[in-house]
Amino acid sequence: MATSIDISDLNIYYGDFLAVEGVGMTIRARSVTAFIGPSGCGKSTFLRSLNRMHEVIPGARVEGKVVVDGQSLYDPSVDPVAVRRQIGMVFQRPNPFPTMSIYENVLAGNRLNSKRMKKAEADDIVERSLRGANLWTEVKDRLGKPGMGLSGGQQQRLCIARAIAVEPQVLLMDEPCSALDPISTAAIEDLIHELKSDYTIVIVTHNMQQAARVSDDTGFFNLKAAGEPGHLVEFNATSKVFSNPDDPSTEAYISGRFG
Amino acid sequence: MSLLEERRPAAKPTAMPLVAPQIPAYAPWLAAVLAGGIAALAGLLLGWSLVAVVLVAWALLVVGLPAWSAAIEGERRAKDRLVTTIAWSTFALAMIPLASLAWEVVENGHAIISSEFLTYDMRGVLGAGGGIYHALMGTLIITALATAISVPIGVMAAIYLVEYGKGNRLARTITFLVDVMTGIPSIVAGLFAFALFTMIFGPGVRFGIGGAVALSVLMIPIVVRATEEMLKLVPEELREASYALGVPKWRTIVKVVLPTALGGIVTGVTLAIARVAGETAPLLIIVGTTTTLNLNPFDGRMATLPVFIFSSVTTGGKYDAEQTARAWGAALVLVAIVMTLNLLARAVGKVFAPKTGR
Repeated sequence: MATSIDISDLNIYYGDFLAVEGVGMTIRARSVTAFIGPSGCGKSTFLRSLNRMHEVIPGARVEGKVVVDGQSLYDPSVDPVAVRRQIGMVFQRPNPFPTMSIYENVLAGNRLNSKRMKKAEADDIVERSLRGANLWTEVKDRLGKPGMGLSGGQQQRLCIARAIAVEPQVLLMDEPCSALDPISTAAIEDLIHELKSDYTIVIVTHNMQQAARVSDDTGFFNLKAAGEPGHLVEFNATSKVFSNPDDPSTEAYISGRFG
Repeated sequence: MSLLEERRPAAKPTAMPLVAPQIPAYAPWLAAVLAGGIAALAGLLLGWSLVAVVLVAWALLVVGLPAWSAAIEGERRAKDRLVTTIAWSTFALAMIPLASLAWEVVENGHAIISSEFLTYDMRGVLGAGGGIYHALMGTLIITALATAISVPIGVMAAIYLVEYGKGNRLARTITFLVDVMTGIPSIVAGLFAFALFTMIFGPGVRFGIGGAVALSVLMIPIVVRATEEMLKLVPEELREASYALGVPKWRTIVKVVLPTALGGIVTGVTLAIARVAGETAPLLIIVGTTTTLNLNPFDGRMATLPVFIFSSVTTGGKYDAEQTARAWGAALVLVAIVMTLNLLARAVGKVFAPKTGR
């Protein structure tokens, strides 16, 4: 069910401001791809352009091609809502819906799309998604409680459960562990390893060890200079990026000699 | 006691002095009681009025407490005491009209409240007897209609402003016009409705729905403003979370944004209702008043509580005392309705508030 993504010559704008310039890469199916780089270099912006979340911001637009499963995402005939149903997203800060219980939060994607389903079917989806997100044993006795009552790490796993409940092809994660403690981070990294067999996963992270631990491929983004657009410096297998990178600036960044 | 405390830092000199002399925690109350006592004593001896005694007591407290504090605690704490005292005094000052109004209304109005007063109209009644049933129903019907008109328009306008307009020229213009509308005098809203319905139905038109339209002119800007502020408070992250699940924008608004903001919106709407329920001038123009029960807002004059109060106290003549008593009774009922609405708004706001589970 997972699919690969081909990106070529992608320019991303906020109004007239060119934020990311000339990105091209192929994200492999059923693998984990990590993006690393300094703050403000456009990793998150690029990630958001992969499921057309970028254009939610007024004035934001994209030039270039993102091809998923043979279809260009930015073709005028493509429905952004349909894109987002296939390419799910987990955000930096956990954002469960405050008016909904844990149970309803997991089903939010299905319910909000007014899919009719039987109680048994709904229960099944909730259990499967929560098990998939390694959260089932912790919350199975309090599914009716508000999602906001969970701890930060549990909330983030709830958001992942919510994202995989709609069974997307691709899962985009924007620094999913940056607000979490090491134990919750480890839980989510384990989860990424498990999800890899079913989903194509793209993750933005500031934690180089995390990128090295979880990803198969790594892309390094950088700014040429302050005020210049961000660009993709290097995209290679993670083992190569972290041991023998092609570009000297990648090595400088990874070894902490950045600037 | 103060002497002992003043000596303490000297007896135990440290490199990092953290202990400072303090006046006791009950000092403000003690000072207030003392100031009140001194003023009352002086008032008794010199024959001052109650107002003069209160003013003198207040002046003594404002000067005395900071002075006491300055002598023992130092300048910074004294300033704090001064400002705290002033803040409490202004709070008390603000409560005086409210408390005295509530007292006045209950005092004058409670005697006449009876089942007859609440269930009879004024048809053929000149002296004692009769009731406000017609005015009560009129107020409820007209306010309910005004709410039914303003809430959909106001909430949807706010949704446009926050979710779709987002600072474009049209949205900015609407916001400006809404702000202007907030300042429209109620009598002008009444004239507007009167002119509108005269244009449609010919001169001399009087009916309840006209009053509802006039009230909704006053209500819409309040509802728009309250809803707009509430929608702006809904975090962008929730909208993005919903979009990322493949939920269309309109469904995100209906199922995620509105429920999250519902508590605040309901509170805003209820406050708007409370605000227009007591309007007199527009209803006087377009609804008029009558002594009999009229439950049809599309035909003929209707009585409403504010207009009933107005006409009761302005008619004068032989039965002035009975009319004034009925006016106070109607005022008490009106205040009770508004207060109930406010309590209801708080309860509803609490029920719909996002649950934290803690």
